[in-house]
Amino acid sequence: MIEIKNLTKSFGDNLIWEDVSFQIEDGETLAIIGKSGCGKSVMLKHLNALLYPDSGKIYIDGSDLFCLSYSELRKMRQRFGILFQGAALFDSISTFENIAFPLRYFTDQSEDEIRANVEEALEMVNLVGAGDKPTSSLSGGMRKRVGVARAIILKPQYLLYDEPTSGLDPQTSEEINELIVHMADSLDITSVVITHDMHSVLTIAEKVAFLDEQKLSWFGTVEELQDSDYEPLVEFTTASEYQITKSQTF
Amino acid sequence: MDSIKQFGQYSVLLYQALRSIPEFSTYRKNLFSEFVKVGYESIPIIILTGFFTGAVLTLQTAYQLDTDLYPTSIVGSIVGQSIVIELAAVIGGLVLAGKVGARISTELGTMRVSEQIDALESMGFNSVTFLVVPRVLAGICMFPVLYVVAATTGILGGILAGSLDGILPAAEFMQGARQFFYPEDVIFGTVKSFVFGFVITSISCYKGYFAFGGAEGVGTATTQATVLGCIFVLLSDFVLAAILL
Repeated sequence: MIEIKNLTKSFGDNLIWEDVSFQIEDGETLAIIGKSGCGKSVMLKHLNALLYPDSGKIYIDGSDLFCLSYSELRKMRQRFGILFQGAALFDSISTFENIAFPLRYFTDQSEDEIRANVEEALEMVNLVGAGDKPTSSLSGGMRKRVGVARAIILKPQYLLYDEPTSGLDPQTSEEINELIVHMADSLDITSVVITHDMHSVLTIAEKVAFLDEQKLSWFGTVEELQDSDYEPLVEFTTASEYQITKSQTF
Repeated sequence: MDSIKQFGQYSVLLYQALRSIPEFSTYRKNLFSEFVKVGYESIPIIILTGFFTGAVLTLQTAYQLDTDLYPTSIVGSIVGQSIVIELAAVIGGLVLAGKVGARISTELGTMRVSEQIDALESMGFNSVTFLVVPRVLAGICMFPVLYVVAATTGILGGILAGSLDGILPAAEFMQGARQFFYPEDVIFGTVKSFVFGFVITSISCYKGYFAFGGAEGVGTATTQATVLGCIFVLLSDFVLAAILL
């Protein structure tokens, strides 16, 4: 379980959000939504201690994330997988090597075992046979899939997705949404998804955190979100729905 | 204030790198690849630079000493000692600040802005061990080797230029060079190149590792790494000369 308690973050004089508190239960998928620049990705980076807050705590299964020593933190991070916004694949090595990368350094697996595990991960993300391709030749959707394959290769407990569908066409976005649901169901992973795509939220999430006005403005289940008449949230979801309708019209 | 902050960041980065040197298994593969990139792939430019530095220095020294007061072998003495003590290390250092420094800062800067360094950290890697340590170690180990190459080709360039221009035959050049050859000059040049290797690679790593702001940020980091690398090569050259000579 991830507990976020009274988290405040600013960059210089620029306050990102303050006093943010919520919980993510084991096995659930939480979507963090909000306008561009509201600090969604900043929140995600706090969950893995890639950024540190001005004040507040994050507890991962009871451990205070920001009080861990660096070696303890590195062990803790191996319990997480992250899909970065641009996938963050290592461009100097092949797709196969990108996925095999954590296995080579953190396990004692033989070459045959590594190959079998990478092929299994590629199969899970529907990219069978793409291992030999250089990452520069992959499309945006394929890069995200490889990013997911690399993120799950060490069988993490938590999967964090930063804008998994941004910049993708609707069909590929739908495939990525299905992949996220499949990962959560088949691997029993706790997922946190950063997005401003309401269609994704309704497809993949069980709970939603809405960041607005430099604070956690709303938190609840997807069903509560659909019934909510909280004005800023309604404005945000309506704008998103309008975009969906508009893109379908044209 | 900003300079103090940057110096602090640089010192912390170096401290982290120093602490993670024992984690050899993490950077072993990268270290050998950096030996090739920093050392082997720099040999052509170092040969070219060393050779022409020696050749031009010979022609200019002969021109300036165009008098019967000195034996012509003095040209070999001046060129040989200048190359061994100063020019092979400093000109090599300045060239490598451009070639090696720019590559390192661009590589790390691109990895930073495309979140590849965050990806490494998020997997549980120590990104400093993985990226910074092998680059700095390669600089420290390979710059002295490149210095020897630059000094050797510099003297060869001097001999060839002297012979072809009819200033002095090769034997006379070597006689002059040997006359004022002191082994400690080679040690001095090697110490310089060792320091330059550290200065250039560590500054480039620092600038690249903390780059921000997309393509423009990487460009800025690379420019700063190259300029600072050159400045600190010259500064450390002066300090070493004051201490060791």
